[in-house]
Amino acid sequence: MNACELAATHLQSPARRYDKVGVILEQNGRQPQRLIPILQAVQEEYRYLPEDVLTYVATGLDIPPARVFGVATFYSHFALEPKGKYCIRLCDGTACHVKRSIPILEAIYRRLGLSAKRMTTEDMLFTVETVACLGACGLAPVVVINEEVHGQMTPEAAIRLIDEIEQQEKVQA
Amino acid sequence: MIKRQAATLTIDGRPVAIDGEKNLLELVRKVGIDLPTFCYHSDLSVYGACRLCLVDVDGRGILGACSTPPEPGLVVRTNTQELREIRKIAVELLLANHDRECTSCVRSGSCQLQDIARRLGITTIRYRSIHQPKPVDASSPSLIRDPNKCVLCGDCVRFCDEIQSVGAIDFAHRGHDAAVLPAFGRDLGAGECVNCGQCASVCPTGALAPASEIEAVWQAIYDPGTVVVAQIAPAVRVAIGEQFGSEYGLNTTGQVVAAMKRMGFDIVYDTSFTADLTVVEEANEFIARKSNGERLPLFTSCCPGWVKFAEQYFPQLLGNLSSCRSPQQMMGSMVKHTLPAQLGRERKDIVMVSIMPCTAKKFEARRPEFRTAGIPDVDYVLTTQELARMIEESGLSLNKLNPASFDMPMGFKTGAGVIFGNSGGVTEAVLRYAVGKLTGQNPVDPECEEIRGEDSLRVIRTEVGGIELKLAIVHGLGKARETMQRILAGTLLVDLVEVMACPGGCIGGAGQPVGRDIAQRRRARAEALYNTDRLLDLHCSQENHFVTECYQKFLGEPASRESHRLLHTHYHHRRRAGAEDHALARAKESGEGPLIVRVCAGTGCFLRNSQAIIQGLMKHVEANDLDDRVQVQASFCFERCGEGPNVAVGETIISQATLDTVVQAIHAELAQVSSPSVEAGAR
Repeated sequence: MNACELAATHLQSPARRYDKVGVILEQNGRQPQRLIPILQAVQEEYRYLPEDVLTYVATGLDIPPARVFGVATFYSHFALEPKGKYCIRLCDGTACHVKRSIPILEAIYRRLGLSAKRMTTEDMLFTVETVACLGACGLAPVVVINEEVHGQMTPEAAIRLIDEIEQQEKVQA
Repeated sequence: MIKRQAATLTIDGRPVAIDGEKNLLELVRKVGIDLPTFCYHSDLSVYGACRLCLVDVDGRGILGACSTPPEPGLVVRTNTQELREIRKIAVELLLANHDRECTSCVRSGSCQLQDIARRLGITTIRYRSIHQPKPVDASSPSLIRDPNKCVLCGDCVRFCDEIQSVGAIDFAHRGHDAAVLPAFGRDLGAGECVNCGQCASVCPTGALAPASEIEAVWQAIYDPGTVVVAQIAPAVRVAIGEQFGSEYGLNTTGQVVAAMKRMGFDIVYDTSFTADLTVVEEANEFIARKSNGERLPLFTSCCPGWVKFAEQYFPQLLGNLSSCRSPQQMMGSMVKHTLPAQLGRERKDIVMVSIMPCTAKKFEARRPEFRTAGIPDVDYVLTTQELARMIEESGLSLNKLNPASFDMPMGFKTGAGVIFGNSGGVTEAVLRYAVGKLTGQNPVDPECEEIRGEDSLRVIRTEVGGIELKLAIVHGLGKARETMQRILAGTLLVDLVEVMACPGGCIGGAGQPVGRDIAQRRRARAEALYNTDRLLDLHCSQENHFVTECYQKFLGEPASRESHRLLHTHYHHRRRAGAEDHALARAKESGEGPLIVRVCAGTGCFLRNSQAIIQGLMKHVEANDLDDRVQVQASFCFERCGEGPNVAVGETIISQATLDTVVQAIHAELAQVSSPSVEAGAR
């Protein structure tokens, strides 16, 4: 199964795009000033911000789609491309950087065949991003996979985490 | 209250009285120091991004003058060594990342970046150029967007949002990648842009500029097989002189006509003639609606920016939009209808060129409604700026030419057709006609002072022949939106609404010469049009005997069948964004294609709660196990917004849909689909 098919499967089950967005808009009282929390909730739901959903959000809030696009592209947290099931965020803030975060990043890139330009694996399983600071400098260098924080990382430990996830996915499949 | 002594502060060692200025920049400029700026525009919100208007305030340090309110006692310096250095660095950095092909830039000579760089004495750029060419967006018929020349001042973004309430462009991305883009980085021509072009008139550089059709017009002029017919809009004649160093507001009609004849235009007509024709048609439409108690208020339809705006955002009011074509299109239609026979030429040999103060007219001329047998009624639209450039290219000095007169009959006009270029002009012209028609006597003093003015919304009451009329005049689309909302809410009751997209009406159009002193220019142009009216012998459209002749020869009566065919049009709702239909519940793989049910989620239907239908349908599909036979999709607009919510079941569109009617239709459709397939199975 290629990336597109996988992404499509993800979208169609339960495939209730506008339904969910409608709920998110309602929860935020359809207030344009709540655009950022709305986009966060949408991204939580779809793992990224699909273009048509952004148009729908703009319509629902009665603001121009260009403004929604502007906000969505300003914050690095928001993704306009589909993200993988596991989002690996490597901290490259000052503390993590001096604790040698870059070798970890390079190891992960090598392991998954990714780069700064190609951030998501073809099987839509992993997305690798760097972030400026996660506020966990005491644990530097830090890797966060989805919501789980892993401190005092090494290139080897990071690869082990990826191996474990792949194993786990195979078992589930 | 005791009047206090005027509060003062000090600017460069001189005491200056504070007199209601909003910020230090206004005060500094008031004392004759022209601090440079890119992002400051008195009509827009303060942005404070360009960092050129910096001043040094004692005890506070270096501040942006535009974003610092004046306070008594401040000691302000505008020209220290440090400020000079900072300003130079800011401009050098902008230039390092700028496409510096100035000689071939459309704004060469009127570019503020060029001007400021020269004023600040920038002769070398100390920073390495990191300019990476980005593609130029030429998708719009009206505007060219060249991101390589953008200085990110945001004037365009704020004008589009704050004054026009359209928001077709906004800042996207961040830091080094920041850019002004239409939604989703799409083409400008594909989205919500109404082509008013005000973004281009506030753009300090050539990042947004009117699209040019000069080359095509020269080709038509050089082609011996064509008759090139021009029309000149009223607002052009009082602005084009600015490009040739004339005082503001000088009417150069005769010189413009002379220049065009010398350049090779065969016939030059006056758009004011068809403005008179528009008045007759539109006033009759208005009087008929008023006396028959039909849909009111009537909205004017001369402004193509406003028409597209209404089509996008107020589809429920399209029935109130006058069906009259704009004067530009009436001229195109009349010329292409009458000239071929008169000149013994074929329709395709006539090339109609409009000279307009407007960028949206370029879009209007391309509307499919305004084509006859595949040939556009208006072939090319040149802005005032473009015509000025053609005159310059020809080597003619506008000011030295002996004036020439328009060609007859469609160069003849009354004052009513001339004041069309000002906000309030259409209303005043219609009123002058209505007085004549309803009272049997043309107005003795045709000038109507209370209609005139600069306020963006003016509402006046008047009485004509015993009928009380309430008229509203609006300019600026943000104000138009507000007015439409009040009309829809029933809090503003009026009979006629004149809407012009640009500040001040056509005289403030984006095709006109630009400059930072635009307000002063607009005032002079408006006054010049009123003076032109005063100098003409006739002031009411019904007095234009060539218009009368036009009816006798070609049209019959106002609002006749023939005048409807040639002079009227229709409107349709437009999608705001070119979104595709989106599957909500995808049918499982099965031998047959599922029945596709599309529910409109566009603005109009959304407001009529199409969401509830989507949810109800999906529940229904799930509960009845129809997943493999019915596919529910959300669609963006069937262009039947007045009758929403709209749902398409297969090929059938159901208007004013309810969940019940849609479910019924689905089952009816499914029954039809299943029976033939059973037969096929039997065979």
